Amino acid sequence: MANLFKIAIRNLARYRRRTILTSSLIAIGVIFVLLFVGVSGSFKNMMIGQMTDSMLGHIQVHRKGYMASIDNLPLTMNMKPQAVKKLEKVFQDIPDVESYSPRIKFGGMLSTFTETTNIRLNGVYPEKEMKTLPLLASRISNGGKEIRKGEIIIPELLSRGMKINVGDIVVVIATNKDGSVNGKQLKVSGIIESVTGPGGRDGYVHIEDAMEILRMEEMEISEIAVRLRDFGKLHSVYNTLNTLLSGELNKQGKPAFEVHTWESLSPFYNIARSIDFMTIFIKAMLTAIVLISVMNVMIMAVYERIREIGTIAAIGTMPGKILSMFVTEGVLLGIIGAIAGNIIGTGLVYLLKVVKITFNFGRQSGLVLSPYVTLYDIVMISLIVTIVAVIGSLQPAFKASRMEPIKALRHV
Amino acid sequence: MALVKAEKIVKVYKIGEVLINSINGVSFEIEEASFVSFVGPSGSGKTTLLNLIGCLDSPTEGNLFVAGEDVNELDRRQRALFRGKNIGFIFQDFNLIPVLTVYENVEYPLIMVKNVSTKEREERTMKLLDAVGMLEQKDKYPDQISGGQKQRVAVARALVTNPKLVLADEPTANLDHKTAYTVIELMKRMKAEFNTTFIFSTHDPKIVEAAEVIYTLEDGEIVDRHVKGVNSNGKSL
Repeated sequence: MANLFKIAIRNLARYRRRTILTSSLIAIGVIFVLLFVGVSGSFKNMMIGQMTDSMLGHIQVHRKGYMASIDNLPLTMNMKPQAVKKLEKVFQDIPDVESYSPRIKFGGMLSTFTETTNIRLNGVYPEKEMKTLPLLASRISNGGKEIRKGEIIIPELLSRGMKINVGDIVVVIATNKDGSVNGKQLKVSGIIESVTGPGGRDGYVHIEDAMEILRMEEMEISEIAVRLRDFGKLHSVYNTLNTLLSGELNKQGKPAFEVHTWESLSPFYNIARSIDFMTIFIKAMLTAIVLISVMNVMIMAVYERIREIGTIAAIGTMPGKILSMFVTEGVLLGIIGAIAGNIIGTGLVYLLKVVKITFNFGRQSGLVLSPYVTLYDIVMISLIVTIVAVIGSLQPAFKASRMEPIKALRHV
Repeated sequence: MALVKAEKIVKVYKIGEVLINSINGVSFEIEEASFVSFVGPSGSGKTTLLNLIGCLDSPTEGNLFVAGEDVNELDRRQRALFRGKNIGFIFQDFNLIPVLTVYENVEYPLIMVKNVSTKEREERTMKLLDAVGMLEQKDKYPDQISGGQKQRVAVARALVTNPKLVLADEPTANLDHKTAYTVIELMKRMKAEFNTTFIFSTHDPKIVEAAEVIYTLEDGEIVDRHVKGVNSNGKSL
């Protein structure tokens, strides 16, 4: 094997200019893939992080049927305390669950005494909500970062439109599930920035204020947002939750709960899927570059070395070894390109990280892009290049190995 | 038993629509450890005959036995194995591998063809390089040595696997007369030292003189067989 590599390296060095040009082309392909993967991956993960860590959580659990009518925020579809207790027990038994936050979601009217508009509110336990959504506090641009009883955090859009400032008194009026209307005066303690996606323009109140406004005798929860210790275990925890909750049936004998990952809660998931698709497309382009480059060079190499092939075949080199010689050469070409591309590409990704590129997305501005490449990306791209280099050199190598020595020796 | 036995072998080539009879029913026997030359004008069939003996080509008709093996029965892969085991080649254009040094060129068949241990490889390569007088040039590449030196390396490469038979197609055609004579002398010496049969083709009359048996070919037929002596086994040729 060492001898195959030695001969391959020397043959590549023999046609130095061609080797440099081809491996450069492969390296450029690898660099572009790494840059795209690094930047798009960073963008995707940042957006997913923004959504899961500042409003959705990683997983949400609702009473079965709630999601179908979530636009109405139906109070009649809330979960009873016994159901919530069962869920809390399940969450506590799953080690991968870091925290969870029960919410009462409701729609109501917000009045400044001179103006009134509609508002969507989340009644939350402040500590649980902040633990489950660690980026929530960073969205509160004005005022305190806490959600205290008797206070309200209102969305930025309403604050701007109705000229509401921190410290102002507002009234929240809501209809409870029996149809009666109730209101409560609250002090504006903060203004929360909007983010793209469902719940991105909701206000926050303390869960006990929500109960008071809705005249709840016992706490009925609309949803429970769950945060995982490791986001990578999203689907395994989702499956575990589904399995554990599948036995919980309602009076009609149907499942009592429904579990959703962030993917089915946010339209950004489709954008994330598109990014993944584009990454595949870019990798396909890299594949084409490597395939055409390696194939072209190896076809030329075989053509230029027909007499040499004839000689080694004549002296008894087996066809398989001749094939290996040329495949090794093609693979080395790919590996050289992959190594150069990975080094330069990783360097450029790091440079982009240092430069701190900012961008706007939806209503969010000044998001700092933090591109990165993982070892997995590098290994995968190197594997693609190597495998495609093998494929690219197989046809010319096969041709070389099948060459009749007598014809090859006669070649001029 | 003859090392090479040809029975009425015929080789017909088809070039376009034209059939060319390159070898016409040739029969001969070549004993072990002999030094045989095929001579004749261009197009007489010398190279074709050497290619047939070397299992690089198959006869259209007739039987050909090399080292006791009916080579007509061998498939492509078996022929490659057979060549690697039994036959060494010396080419008119030397055909050294340009990316390998003199040492590596000689060593090549032991690695790629015979899979010999490192120690034995080194011993055999050094012995052959010493025998052909190329030991001092062992680290040079083919483009750094002269034509005569290249052919010495080719002789060493052909012999390094201890083949029963070495085939040399016009081995001196690209060499000046003095160098050509030196190479022929080298081959004779190697034949004596390693007890190997050498068969070569040439149309250089002065080189022909060195051969023990001379077959003259014309239009694909053997028109003369001239025996100059006895082979190294003392058997009449």
